[in-house]
Amino acid sequence: MSKYFWFAIIYIVCAPFIGGLLEGIDRKVAARMQGRRGPSVLQPFYDINKLFAKQSVVVNSLQDFLVCGFLVFVVFTGALFFWGGDILLVFFALTLAGIFFIMSACSANAPYSSMGAQRELMQMMAYEPMVLLTAIGFYIATGSFSVKEIAQSDISAVCFLPGFFIGFLYILTIKFRKSPYDISTSHHAHQEMVRGLTTELSGNILALVTLSHWYENVFLLGVIGLFIVNSSWWSIPAAVLVCLASFLLETLIDNVFPRVRWQTMLKWTWIVTLAAGGINLMIVMLMK
Amino acid sequence: MKVSKSPWLLHYDGSSCNGCDIEVLACLTPVYDVERFGVINTGNPKHADIFLITGGINEQNKPVVQQLYSQMPSPKVVVAVGICACNGGIFKECYNIIGGVDTIIPVDIYVPGCAARPEAIIDGVVKAVALLDKKREERAARKKNDETQAKPEGGAI
Repeated sequence: MSKYFWFAIIYIVCAPFIGGLLEGIDRKVAARMQGRRGPSVLQPFYDINKLFAKQSVVVNSLQDFLVCGFLVFVVFTGALFFWGGDILLVFFALTLAGIFFIMSACSANAPYSSMGAQRELMQMMAYEPMVLLTAIGFYIATGSFSVKEIAQSDISAVCFLPGFFIGFLYILTIKFRKSPYDISTSHHAHQEMVRGLTTELSGNILALVTLSHWYENVFLLGVIGLFIVNSSWWSIPAAVLVCLASFLLETLIDNVFPRVRWQTMLKWTWIVTLAAGGINLMIVMLMK
Repeated sequence: MKVSKSPWLLHYDGSSCNGCDIEVLACLTPVYDVERFGVINTGNPKHADIFLITGGINEQNKPVVQQLYSQMPSPKVVVAVGICACNGGIFKECYNIIGGVDTIIPVDIYVPGCAARPEAIIDGVVKAVALLDKKREERAARKKNDETQAKPEGGAI
């Protein structure tokens, strides 16, 4: 069996642990930034363990099915990515997972949950162009949509695509649900719409959503890593370092900026990503 | 692993002067930082383990408190913070006040004080957390008991 098969297996097994630990580090670092001691870095694991032990209050059976669909497609997205599959298919699967999540919030027929779902659609509208641009950028830089071949290129993709890298970092704030763009649901305890998308979820179903977010976060950092890796061995530790730096940068942004309205989010996300990505795209196309 | 590692709070302020309310929020500030014990102020009954109520109960907030309590998944613990939540306090004789929180829902922990100090509130939450573990074990034992009782019937078939 190829080593890429094992990468996919390692992702499926280890991503929850890495994702949980990253969230723990995020909470610790955020607490230190606010002058607090903060919880243990293992706190997210205590939380998810407790959620699995709670009584499950089922709003409707459809919601449970849709949340399971979200988890399955997020895991599929990540596994396909680390297996070295087609990056376009990877991003389409991610969108499908997002749709499952939105549908689960809509199915609850509750005001905060529905408002969260509408805002999540706005977020998708804001970040989706950059996600597709990223796939196009990788193709133009390396001549392939295959993650396997992108990762084996002689020169790191970021050398051709610095604008795309900045654009992707920008939408990472939305995807990680960090301030200023955590408008549909926040990873903080409280927001103006209670918990937005996850308001009506409780117990083990909420635990599944948390698990899905950990898988998703590790996959997204994997895309950041894909900008860095090339055929030489040192690019792997370099990619890990860049991923970690990106993650801490998001924590810093989260603690510096207040939440904005969706109009501001849409405007600035499109301006920044289309300017950075678009100009980069034109330059690379002229060079090639 | 115990529930006590991650107690999530739901904070509701009933009919009070807001003094205890402010002291509860003071617990979340860097000085007391209850998040270091994994405590999160969720604001959502469906995510909460501990129901922290300040202030007494009146005719208008009675259905609200009852609904919040019923929406919390078990195991759950109710903590009445401040003398108003314990028995109505200074407002006890008012025409609109029903009394303490225990007049409408079962209260597990009482934290007296006017206003209750953050130290006392944290102490109350710690006691609530211990009770939460006990309730969880009881729940698990009951579940196990039900399963063992159900087995002979299954075996007979």
